[in-house]
Amino acid sequence: MSPETATVGVGLSHYLTVSAILFTIGIFGIFLNRKNLIVIMMSIELMLLAVNINLVAFSSFLNDLVGQVFTMLVLTVAAAEAAIGLAIVVVFYRNRRSIEVEDINTMKG
Amino acid sequence: MSFELSSLMPALPEIFLAIAAMAFLMLGVFRKDDSTELLSWLGVAAMAVTGFLVLRGPDAAVTFSNLFIVNGFTSFAKILVLMGAGLTMLMINSWAKQAKTARFELPILVLFATLGMMMMISANDLISVYLGLELQSLSLYVLAAYHRDSIKSTEAGVKYFVLGALASGLLLYGSSLVYGFAGTTTFAGLAEAMRGGEPHIGVIVGIVFVIAGLAFKVSAVPFHMWTPDVYEGAPTPITAFFSVGPKIAALCLFLRVLVGPFEPMIEQWQQVIILISILSMLWGSFAAIVQKNIKRLMAYSSIGHVGYALVGLVVGNEEGARGLLFYLLIYLFMNIGTFAVILSMRVNGRYVEEISDLSGLAKTRPGMAMALGALMFSMAGIPPLAGFLGKFYIFVAAVNAGFVPLAIIGVLASVVGAFYYIRIVKVIYFDEPAAAFDKPDMVNGAIMALCSILMLVYFVAPSPLVNGAEAAARALFLG
Repeated sequence: MSPETATVGVGLSHYLTVSAILFTIGIFGIFLNRKNLIVIMMSIELMLLAVNINLVAFSSFLNDLVGQVFTMLVLTVAAAEAAIGLAIVVVFYRNRRSIEVEDINTMKG
Repeated sequence: MSFELSSLMPALPEIFLAIAAMAFLMLGVFRKDDSTELLSWLGVAAMAVTGFLVLRGPDAAVTFSNLFIVNGFTSFAKILVLMGAGLTMLMINSWAKQAKTARFELPILVLFATLGMMMMISANDLISVYLGLELQSLSLYVLAAYHRDSIKSTEAGVKYFVLGALASGLLLYGSSLVYGFAGTTTFAGLAEAMRGGEPHIGVIVGIVFVIAGLAFKVSAVPFHMWTPDVYEGAPTPITAFFSVGPKIAALCLFLRVLVGPFEPMIEQWQQVIILISILSMLWGSFAAIVQKNIKRLMAYSSIGHVGYALVGLVVGNEEGARGLLFYLLIYLFMNIGTFAVILSMRVNGRYVEEISDLSGLAKTRPGMAMALGALMFSMAGIPPLAGFLGKFYIFVAAVNAGFVPLAIIGVLASVVGAFYYIRIVKVIYFDEPAAAFDKPDMVNGAIMALCSILMLVYFVAPSPLVNGAEAAARALFLG
C-alpha cells in the first residue's frame, strides 16, 4: 500500500484500532459479565476474531502471506475450541441445571 | 522446492506419537469390550518408543520451513515430558480400574496432550507455538471435565476452559502485534529484527501480551486463579498430569521464546519476569498455609515451584537455563511421587483428600508415611535432599548474575513454604491416627518408593543429571 492511498483510504491504524476495541470488549465481556456462560463463549470468540482482523490487516500492509495463513489456522482452532467449550458447558449444565456465572461456585478459596 | 522424505526425520517422534494415538483411538472405537487398560499400556509403550526416537534423533535440525526445531534442549525437555506423561499414564490406569470410571478416551487424550507439549517444545515460529499450545490445551480441557457426572470436575473443566481460552487469546493477540511490527513470525527472523536497534513500541506491547499468555499456562501469579480450582476439581491422576506435563512444556517454551527471539530485549522482559517470579514464590508459600484439601495445597505448591523456576528464567543465561531444567527434573519426580501418595489415600475403597485424613499415617502405614515424609522434606528444600539441590542451582545462578535480592526473597519464601510442608510431616507422624488407608496398589507403591528413594539418595551422585541439563542449556544458547 503506498502512502497516498493510506492517507485517503482506510489505513493500517484504523484496522488496528477496531481490532483493539473488539479485543478489549472481549476481555471485559469475560471479566465483567455476571450473567451466563454463553456470553463468555461469545467474548472468547470476539477476542479471536479481533486477532484475525489484526493478522489480515498486517498481512496486507506488509505484503506478506504468512499473516493470512496464520488467520486460517486460528479460525480452524477457534472452531475446535468453541466445540469443546460448548461440550463442557453442556456437561456442566447437566450436573448443575444452570449456566449462570454465579452458580459456578462449588470450589472457593 | 522438491519434497524429500528425509525432511520429516527430525519430527519422527511426533509423527509416530500422532499416528499411534490415532490408531489407538480407532482400536478403542471398534473393540467391543472396554479397552482402557489395554490402551493405557499401549500408550505407555508408545511413549517409550517416542522417547527412544527422541534420543536417537538428530543432534540439531530444523525442518518444515523453519517451523520446527530439534536440538539438545528440545530432546531433554521432551524426555522430561514423556517421563511425566508415562508415569501418570500408569497411575491413570490403576485409578480408572478402582474408580470404575474407565473410558478408553482417557489414555488417548493424554497421548494427544503429550503430543501438543512436544510440539510446543519444538516450536520455532509463533504459528507453531500457537498450534502446539492449543493441541495441548484442548486435550487438557476435556481431561479436566473427565468425570462428567461430577459437579466439581465439570466446574473445573469450565473454569479451565474459560481462563485457558483467555490466555490463548492474549498470546495470540501478542503474536499478531509482534508479527505486524517485526514483519515475521519465525524465531530466527524475530531475533534478527530485534537486534537491529530500538524495537517498535508495538513489538514491546506484543511481547507483554505473549508473556501474559504464557504466564497463564504456567500458572504464575497474577495469572494463577484457575489453578487451585482446577487441581481440586479434576480427577486426581489428571491433576498429577496437570502438575507436571503442561508445567514443564510451558516453562520450556517460555525459556525458548524469551532467550531465543526476544533475547535482545532482555532489559524489557526481565522486569516483568522478576515481578511474576517474586509474586508466585510469595503467594505460593503464604496462600498454601490455610489449605485443608491436599490437592489444593499441591496447586499452591506448584505455583510456588513455578516461581522458583522462573528465577532461572530471569537470569537468562546458560547457568540460569541449566538451573531451570534441573529444577524441572527434580520437580517432576517430587510431584509424581506425591501424587502417587495422594492416589493411595483410600479408605474402604473411597478416595479421600483432606490433609486431616493423613493423621497418624506413620502408625497405620509406616512405609507410605516415610515416602511422603521424604517427598515433603524434599519439596521444602531441606538439605541434602534433591529438592534442595534444585533450588540451590537456581539461586546460585541468580547470585552469580547479580540478582542477590531476588535470591534472598526466594530463600525467605522457601522458609515460609517449609512451614506447610513440614506441617504435613507433623500430621502424619504426631497426630492421633485417623481411619487407616487401604493397601496402596502395586503401581502407586512402586512409583512413590522410586521417587522418594530418588529424593533421598540423589545427592550421592548429582553430576550425571546436572551435566545433562547443562548440555541441554548449552544447546539452547547455540540456537
